[in-house]
Amino acid sequence: MISGKFFAAGSDRRIFVAIVLLVAAAIVVPVLNVAVPAGSAFHVPPYMVALVGKYLCYALLALSLDLVWGYCGILSLGHGAFFALGGYAMGMYLMRQIGSRGVYGNPDLPDFMVFLNWKELPWFWYGFDQFWFAALMVMLVPGLLALVFGWFAFRSRVTGVYLSIITQAMTYALLLAFFRNDMGFGGNNGLTDFKDILGFNVQANATRSALFAASAIALALGVFVTWLIVSSKFGKLLIAVRNAESRTRFLGWRAENVKLFAFTVSAVMAGIAGALYVPQVGIINPGEFDPGNSIEVVVWTAVGGRGTIVGPIIGALLVNAGKSWFTGALPELWLFALGGLFVAVTLFLPKGIVGLWDQWRDARAQRQVSVAAEAGTDIDPTPPKIGRAQSGAPTGEWAKPSGGPEPQPAE
Amino acid sequence: MSKSGTILYLDGVSVAFDGFRAINKLSLVLDRGEMRAIIGPNGAGKTTMMDIVTGKTRPDEGEVFFDGQVDLTRHDEAEIAMMGIGRKFQKPTVFDSHTVEDNLVLSLNGPRSIFPALFHRRSAEEARRIDDILGVTRLGDKRGALAANLSHGQKQWLEIGMLLAQDPKLLLVDEPVAGMTDAETEETARLLKDINQTHSIIVVEHDMHFVRELGVKVTCLHEGAVLSEGTLDFVSSDERVMEVYLGR
Repeated sequence: MISGKFFAAGSDRRIFVAIVLLVAAAIVVPVLNVAVPAGSAFHVPPYMVALVGKYLCYALLALSLDLVWGYCGILSLGHGAFFALGGYAMGMYLMRQIGSRGVYGNPDLPDFMVFLNWKELPWFWYGFDQFWFAALMVMLVPGLLALVFGWFAFRSRVTGVYLSIITQAMTYALLLAFFRNDMGFGGNNGLTDFKDILGFNVQANATRSALFAASAIALALGVFVTWLIVSSKFGKLLIAVRNAESRTRFLGWRAENVKLFAFTVSAVMAGIAGALYVPQVGIINPGEFDPGNSIEVVVWTAVGGRGTIVGPIIGALLVNAGKSWFTGALPELWLFALGGLFVAVTLFLPKGIVGLWDQWRDARAQRQVSVAAEAGTDIDPTPPKIGRAQSGAPTGEWAKPSGGPEPQPAE
Repeated sequence: MSKSGTILYLDGVSVAFDGFRAINKLSLVLDRGEMRAIIGPNGAGKTTMMDIVTGKTRPDEGEVFFDGQVDLTRHDEAEIAMMGIGRKFQKPTVFDSHTVEDNLVLSLNGPRSIFPALFHRRSAEEARRIDDILGVTRLGDKRGALAANLSHGQKQWLEIGMLLAQDPKLLLVDEPVAGMTDAETEETARLLKDINQTHSIIVVEHDMHFVRELGVKVTCLHEGAVLSEGTLDFVSSDERVMEVYLGR
């Protein structure tokens, strides 16, 4: 009972801290990278900026999954598809920015189209020379796909493992489609060899720092928006749908619309993450649609703790840092480690790192409360039975938040 | 039979699952403001009947009318709930990860679309209604407790409280006293009689002691049809009912 209150207070503070840290990183890291000379102990090397910038995009992707999986119970195994689509939209913009500096020197057509002997730009590449258009598509394309896909899936009441399977099928279908040269997205090789973004050299140190800052700010905004959504009445409804979908229907809520909204918002967030990812890694290819990628996102979210907002971010950063280290030190063992990690988390840490932390803190708070109770007042340990303990109209006693002892100031 | 003045009107309703007739030409009429107890052995079709009324199951044939004019077979669960039919499940179904208070917040009648829910601010009127319902269901001291931590009986009461928050015209209450002590059972009977002052109610229950406590007209279902209807004494002295319950 008090743990609920504790958790609410604790998680709100955690959101605040996360946002402050991200904004601080967005300011401090670029400064330490660009303004501090390379010899200094405080200098952040460019490779570090690029690496962590990439992780922040992964964290935003994990956060978007948390909104649907952690809060609404929709286990999407195809979230990588939305990420990749956002990435492709950004990639198309970057391709158009190359202009006549490509290998074939064609001012309109990207290299791969010249190579395929295409004479003119396909209609769906129109507009991508404008940044605003590409930025719009980054959100619109994944959002629209999620809207249409979700509309059919949720209306037909496809839930649980069946939904997971069709999301997996969706990303696999896109993988196969984007592999085809005829699709007009560079086929197997994807889009790469980028030169400029908004007129700045993609490879330049300052641009990389700016992209890092943009990723950190985007993630901070993502945290804020997700927090606004889950702390509203709609957020309670999301959790209610996760708990007992049929109950929400019999109360008059349209569970399918609740899920559809969350799924669409989540897809838009994933798309933005993909768009920020592509200029930092310098390539987007169909491999991003690989079902394995989407499953990895699930692992990050589970490791950090789903339904906690901060957890998936921690999970994404930790697992990816682990991956970078592991693939360097023991490359052939990485997949075993990842699989083992998922099994271990499922068995021993069902609520992830953040859940474990909460459990530990709640237990400590409970201990403090019971110590205080033993030392001081004589509190009846048995909970009051229904009905006869209290009767009549509400009294002032009920105005208290929980009926238990006042919460201790946490930590 | 005229539909006017009825809150619920079922006529010749049948539904079959894989050839098994769960409901077989069932006819049942509930007047406005009436409370009705429905009894019957397992598999008599009690829960299926509720599924049909609340839009979960479509009948193969027959008429189902609410409030004398609305054809319920043309609407789905959410629409029917919004029209004013509330349902308590046999197994208490509440939102486990929410507090008692939040369970009620989500049940309060009002707009049911996404954007009002996103920008919802609780009004004083809503706060007052929640206080009232917590008082009526004796859950005041559990306001901040997670629903998962309630006892079975308290969950039953919370679910009834959620129905009250929804403020339906008709309540369908499936086995409200399963797992309750005798004292709690009596208390529940009193609560339902209170609610009946302003609402029509159908109660499905096995507990004959409880049904006697309610003191209302009883309908006994068997094999998807009405076997006997009348006062509890009349129904329980009906030879066919005794046969069904005691075996032939």
